[in-house]
Amino acid sequence: MLEDYEITIGLEVHAQLATNTKIFCGCKNEFGAEPNTHTCPVCLGLPGTLPVLNEQAVEYIIKAGLALDCEIATFSKFDRKNYFYPDLPKAYQISQFDLPFCEAGEIDIQVDDEDHEIGITRIHLEEDAGKLTHAGDISNADSSLVDYNRVGTPLIEIVSEPDMKSPQQAVAYLKKLKSILEYIGVSDCEMSEGSLRADANLSIAPNGSEELGTKTELKNMNSFKAIEKALTYEAKRQEKLLDKGEEIVQGTRTWDDEAGKTLALREKEEAHDYRYFPEPDLVPVIVKDSWIKGIKNTIPALPDERKEQYVEEFGIPEYDAEVITADRELADFFEAVVAKFDDAKEVSNWVMGEFSRLLNENEVTPANVEFAPADLAKLLEMKEEDVISSKIAKKVFEKMFNTGQDPETIVEEEGLKQISDSSELEEIVEGVLEDNQSAVEDYKGGNKNVIGFFVGQTMQATQGKANPQKVKELLREKLEE
Amino acid sequence: MKLDQETVERVAHLARLEIDEEEKETFTHQLSDILDHAEKLNELDTEDVEPMAHATDVNNVLRSDDVKESLDQDEAVANAPDEEEGMFKVPQIVE
Repeated sequence: MLEDYEITIGLEVHAQLATNTKIFCGCKNEFGAEPNTHTCPVCLGLPGTLPVLNEQAVEYIIKAGLALDCEIATFSKFDRKNYFYPDLPKAYQISQFDLPFCEAGEIDIQVDDEDHEIGITRIHLEEDAGKLTHAGDISNADSSLVDYNRVGTPLIEIVSEPDMKSPQQAVAYLKKLKSILEYIGVSDCEMSEGSLRADANLSIAPNGSEELGTKTELKNMNSFKAIEKALTYEAKRQEKLLDKGEEIVQGTRTWDDEAGKTLALREKEEAHDYRYFPEPDLVPVIVKDSWIKGIKNTIPALPDERKEQYVEEFGIPEYDAEVITADRELADFFEAVVAKFDDAKEVSNWVMGEFSRLLNENEVTPANVEFAPADLAKLLEMKEEDVISSKIAKKVFEKMFNTGQDPETIVEEEGLKQISDSSELEEIVEGVLEDNQSAVEDYKGGNKNVIGFFVGQTMQATQGKANPQKVKELLREKLEE
Repeated sequence: MKLDQETVERVAHLARLEIDEEEKETFTHQLSDILDHAEKLNELDTEDVEPMAHATDVNNVLRSDDVKESLDQDEAVANAPDEEEGMFKVPQIVE
C-alpha cells in the first residue's frame, strides 16, 4: 500500500462470552437491559464480597483456544490490573497477567489469493467494565452517568502477533476470527453491540528494515469498514511524517469515523502503571487433559474444514464455499436445503443471491427467517420441473421470506403456475404477433433477433407465467409458417 | 533499600492518596524499612522453588452458570452519592 515502507499491524480483540451469567457472580449476562438492573454486591465491588469463577467461561476460553490452535495452560491464575476509572467499581480489573489460559495459536487467512499465517500470542480471560454515558462530549461534560450491567461480563482478549502487513490482512484476520468464534458458539460477536471489539497497533518501517518503527495504538473502530479505514489513514499519516523527517509519537489514538481521522488521546504519564499482582480472592485453575478432551469433542467442523468439504462433496466453486461457510448459520441453512434438493450449485446461487439480499435488506440472520430450508428446496424443485418460471420463483421466494408461507400455497393462491399448455399459449402468442405486425415484417425480412422482443411481449402479457422455452418454440413455428 | 521521596509521592498519587510533607517524610522511612525487611527474603536460595500463585493449596473453585437474582435498580444505586435515571452520577472524568 505504501511505496517505501512496510506496514506492521498487531490486533487485540475483546470478545464477550455468551454465558448465561457474569464471570464472577450469578447476575444475568445480557445486553440492552434497563440500567443497573443486572448488578449485585459482587459485581458492584461492595466491601466483603468475593468473586467465584464461572465454569462455563473457563470452558469457553479453552474452546476458543483449541479452535485457534493454541496450547492450553495446565495451570492458570488471575491477577489484578489496577486503575481508577468510574466504569470499574473495584478500581481494579480482574484479568490475567503471566499465566493466561491459552498461548501460541494461529489463524490462516487468504488475501488476494495469497495465504498468510497470523500468529496468536495469547488469549486470556477477564471481566468487562461498566458503561459510561457522557452529557455531550467527554472532554466538556461536567458529569457522567454509569451503568454497571456490563461490569463482570466475561471477556476473552485475543492478542495477535504483529504479523499483518496491510489493513486488508487485518480485516481478513478479524473476519476469520469472528467466524470461528461464532462457529464454536462462545460469543455472538455482535460488533454493533460491542461484543466484539478490536484495538490495533500499527507501525511502519522503511522497506527491508530489520527494526520495526514506532507504533501507535488505535481505538474506537466499531466495524470492519472503520477498521480498514482507520488503519489505512494511520499508515498514510505515519508515512507523511517520516517523509518529512519527523518522528512518530508513541501513544493511543482514537478513530473519529465522521471526520475520517485518527486523533491523539490525551494521556497522563502514569496511565499505564497497572501494578499487576496475583488476585488473592481467586484460586488458580488446573486444567487436566481429560477436561480439554471433553471440550475438544464439542468443537464442530470449522469454516476451513467445511469449505473444503463443500468443494469436494457438493462440487460448488471455492468462492461459493468460502462465502457460505464464513457464516455458520448460512452454512447450516445451505446444507439443510441441499439435503432436500441436490443441485448444490443452484442452491448456492440462491443462498448467495436472493437469500443474502433479503437477509441484508431485512436485517435478519439465516436462523431467524420465517420459512424452512425445505421450503426453498421445494421452490427450486417446482422451478426445475417447470411448474413455475425463474422470474416467478424469485417473486414466490420473496413472499416466502416475508410471510413464511410455503411455496405451493403461494403459487396456488396467486395463480402463478407456469403456462406450458400449448393451446393456451398459442392464443396469447398469436395475439402478440397480431399487435406487432411491423416487427413480424422485420423478422421475415431476416432480422431473426426480433424473436427476443416477441418473447418479452408474451412474458409481459402473461405476467411472467409463460414458459419462455415453449414461447420461443411456438413463436418460431408461427413466424416460419 | 532506600526509597526516595519522589517514589513515595508517585505511589501516593497512584493510590489517589493525599499526603502532607510530614507524612511524606514518615512514609519514606517506614516504607524503606518494610522493603529492607522484605529484602531479607532474597537471602534464601529459591533456585528450585516454583513461584506460588496463591497462599492456599486450593484450586478449581468454580460455579455453575446459573442465573441468580440481581438487585433492583433502586437498591443498586441506593448508596450512590449522586444518581440520575437509575445510573450512578460521577463528576467530570477528563480535566
